Amino acid sequence: MTHSVPSLPVISADGHPLTAAQIEQNFSDLHPCLTDLQAMAESNRCLYCYDAPCVTACPTSIDIPGFIRRISTGNPDGAARTILSSNILGGTCARVCPTEVLCQQACVRNRAEDTPVEIGRLQRYAVDHLLENRAAPYPFVRAAETGRRIAVVGAGPAGLACAHALAVNGHSVTLFEAKPKPGGLNEYGLAAYKMTGGFAQQEVDFVLAIGGITIEYGRPLGPDLTLEALRQDFDAVFLGVGLGETNDLGLSGEDKAGVVDAIDFIAGLRQSDDLPSYCSAASVVVIGGGNTAIDAAVQAKRLGAEEVTLVYRRGPQQMGATAYEQDLAATNGVVIRHWAKPVEIKGNGHVEGLVFERTRLDAGRLTDTGRRFEIAADLVLKAIGQSLAPAALSGLTLHGGKIVVDADGQTSLLGVYAGGDCIASGQDLTVQAVEDGKRAAKAIHAALSASQC
Amino acid sequence: MADLSCTIAGIPSLNPFWLASAPPTDKKVNVTRAFRAGWGGVVWKTLGIDPPVVNVSSRYGVHHDTNRHALGINNIELISDRPLAVNLQEIRECREEFPDHVIIGSMMAPIEERAWKDLAVRIAEAGVHGLELNLGCPHGMCERGMGSAIGQVPEMVEQVTRWVKQAVDIPVFTKLTPNITNILWSAEAAKRGGADAVSLINTVNSIVSVDLDAMAPTPVVDGKGTHGGYCGSAVKPIALNMVAEIARNPFTADLEISGIGGITTWRDAAEFIALGANGVQVCTAAMLYGFRVVEEMADGLSQWMDEKGVTSLSQLHRMAVPNVVNWNDLNMAYDVKARIDPDMCIECGRCYIACEDTSHQAITMTDLGNGRKRLEVIDAECVGCNLCSITCPVPDCITFERVDAGTQSVTWPDHPLNPQRLVAAE
Ligand SMILES: Cc1cc2nc3c(=O)[nH]c(=O)nc-3n(C[C@H](O)[C@H](O)[C@H](O)COP(=O)(O)OP(=O)(O)OC[C@H]3O[C@@H](n4cnc5c(N)ncnc54)[C@H](O)[C@@H]3O)c2cc1C
Ligand SMILES: Cc1cc2nc3c(=O)[nH]c(=O)nc-3n(C[C@H](O)[C@H](O)[C@H](O)COP(=O)(O)O)c2cc1C
Ligand code: SF4
Repeated sequence: MTHSVPSLPVISADGHPLTAAQIEQNFSDLHPCLTDLQAMAESNRCLYCYDAPCVTACPTSIDIPGFIRRISTGNPDGAARTILSSNILGGTCARVCPTEVLCQQACVRNRAEDTPVEIGRLQRYAVDHLLENRAAPYPFVRAAETGRRIAVVGAGPAGLACAHALAVNGHSVTLFEAKPKPGGLNEYGLAAYKMTGGFAQQEVDFVLAIGGITIEYGRPLGPDLTLEALRQDFDAVFLGVGLGETNDLGLSGEDKAGVVDAIDFIAGLRQSDDLPSYCSAASVVVIGGGNTAIDAAVQAKRLGAEEVTLVYRRGPQQMGATAYEQDLAATNGVVIRHWAKPVEIKGNGHVEGLVFERTRLDAGRLTDTGRRFEIAADLVLKAIGQSLAPAALSGLTLHGGKIVVDADGQTSLLGVYAGGDCIASGQDLTVQAVEDGKRAAKAIHAALSASQC
Repeated sequence: MADLSCTIAGIPSLNPFWLASAPPTDKKVNVTRAFRAGWGGVVWKTLGIDPPVVNVSSRYGVHHDTNRHALGINNIELISDRPLAVNLQEIRECREEFPDHVIIGSMMAPIEERAWKDLAVRIAEAGVHGLELNLGCPHGMCERGMGSAIGQVPEMVEQVTRWVKQAVDIPVFTKLTPNITNILWSAEAAKRGGADAVSLINTVNSIVSVDLDAMAPTPVVDGKGTHGGYCGSAVKPIALNMVAEIARNPFTADLEISGIGGITTWRDAAEFIALGANGVQVCTAAMLYGFRVVEEMADGLSQWMDEKGVTSLSQLHRMAVPNVVNWNDLNMAYDVKARIDPDMCIECGRCYIACEDTSHQAITMTDLGNGRKRLEVIDAECVGCNLCSITCPVPDCITFERVDAGTQSVTWPDHPLNPQRLVAAE
């Protein structure tokens, strides 16, 4: 099987703006689900390694050879159960994990022939198969009710994974979520062409089907719902609040119309039910070098923007976005400019352009060169990082702007655990958030079980 | 280019590749296409006495691997289901249009002298180069006392062969069934009956799969199935052994052999010829890939012969036969150890777990800490079983090094640990 190439966006054939149908097409699946035939061919490429390096490379340690062999022997639902028993959000991870730096990077086929087994796409094939198989029984059985109650704050990947694992063990979970919908960045942040067809909500429904989990929406941790109160009312608390704040450029004029946070731009796009009229900007400038910047740029292009320029103050090696994501931007027609930082926002009320100054590394330090250039823009998307919203977290030890936890995921407060983007666990990835939630649930279950006897 | 022409039972052939008696040789239209594609000969689909048989619908089953590659197929078809006269007329036409190509007439009849003799004469009159006696069909026909019902009884094999030899003066091939305990009994019977050659193997009795919805063996005929004849790649090892047994058995060593069973590539053909076949017959490979596979077979065989300096098939014929011996004649002083090439190893761990779980715990897998592993053989534990190299996905990554001096030879009958030898010595 040839290595999968993501679908390319439609480019106007006549110089006119993209039609609504073309824009809709641009937001169809980036990598459609493998067909049965493709899955058979690809699953047979797996060598069924012993002590397989891909398993070690997966933050949730999915038994990858085991699930792939289930696919190749005609048991895709069994494959899905194998996946979900390690990673309850295996469906989303299959769609969004940067496999090129995780499992697939470790595949021994890279050594033999340069092309890894497409683990991510096989994972999606299996999970989708189970979710669509109405006849398949729910793959988890909830243990007898323990009477223990746990508060989970934030219904993102970390909170959902934690809640599910606790519920499986018979505990009761109340999920407090600030937003009106569950899913966290699965619902509001991941690129639309990776999460088509309302998959985020379908997956949340699947998670909740275990029973024993209630979600209270519009309930942010804060003055009306304090950590202290949760500690008193519940047997344990898990914080999976993600990163609630975005960083500013620190330039005057940032409040001009047309200068927006990339995160908000994406969230709006994800929630839009009318993509063709979502954004009419012709010249878009994205500032930043992470995956959020790439996602914002690629989606702006796919919405029909004529020019999308991504400007990053350092070089390609320093970009947070993986090489694969950088390639994706390039093949989508995004122009990436390195070694420049914004110094001035131009425009009268509405942004009209940005002035950049060229940067360079001098003895390891980023310095300004004094040389400037300008890029016209009617939309500027800021993607220079997010940070923890610390207000409601008083009493917790933070380090480097993140919650400090021990090996079990427990914070500096006894009985309060945390995971996902709000802790410093390495990469801010969906799969890592799932692992964090799973790990904390295990520790909470162990602690509660111990205190019972 | 090496010369691929050969002679089988005195019949000269353009090349050793014949199509076996089966659907590919059922009609003139097939045979014409086959000759044009490069097949040297065909054994016409087995002919019987009129009225022709009637076949069922749903006829073949398959043994797939997980990648849908057909390891073998089986069938529950009977012999030619067309009137004898039609077949004989088409044979005559093909003989005329392709005078340089070989046509052998395959035949089957109940165990009656007149039936065999009359049918043999009629087919011979159509101008075939020889006759092949189908004593092997393991389904359907055997329930009517034909096919393997005859082939499984050495006395009948001899009798039928003798009848046909008495009736015609063209070469007679007795086609043997593998569904017996010892192939030598039927091969020797064929020789006693006067066969010029034996053809083997016919299909292996089998159920290839059970349809778990229908709860019936495949192919399923209206909810029921029956055992059928298995063929294709999977049966090659069975056929090779039977060919070798006949080739190295003193009484049958001079019988000519038309080797059949799972031949799919030039290499398969070379192996059959090296083990004593004078030519080969192919059925399943043609059914799975079409007649054009003969091109790669012929090209590959002559390419290999050129590389090896083998100029003719008669030179290749029986080349490996002297090296097929009984277990008791193997040198027990010979000692090999597995060697894993660290530069070729892709660190999949397959050899490790195979040896650790099921063999001799002779491979160590060391985590080098940088995401890499090292796989090494413990010579003291390795018995040289080959399992590691069999599981290894990289060709030639695991090889075997001979570690004994190579000067000693000791067989089991002479081995110091053989209790029978000790008794004998006392
Ligand atoms: C644009 C973008 C694209 C990304 N693309 C990828 C990708 O392709 N692949 C990948 O692996 N990762 C990607 N990530 C990262 C990934 O989405 C995160 O690592 C992951 O979602 C973290 O999960 P979480 O549960 O820790 O936090 P979140 O997903 O942020 O969920 C936190 C939840 O907590 C809620 N919450 C916040 N504060 C409070 C509060 N005070 N009270 C109650 N609830 C609160 C939020 O509303 C939210 O529902 C991307 C991130 C972004 C921003
Ligand atoms: C569908 C089918 C029908 C066959 N019919 C006959 C037959 O009529 N007479 C016969 O001698 N052998 C018959 N055979 C057996 C083949 O001639 C051959 O001996 C056997 O298939 C092994 O060779 P292969 O592995 O190349 O297929 C048949 C095989 C198949 C698959
Ligand atoms: S040859 Fe057999 S015993 Fe030796 S290392 Fe390989 S698997 Fe183990």
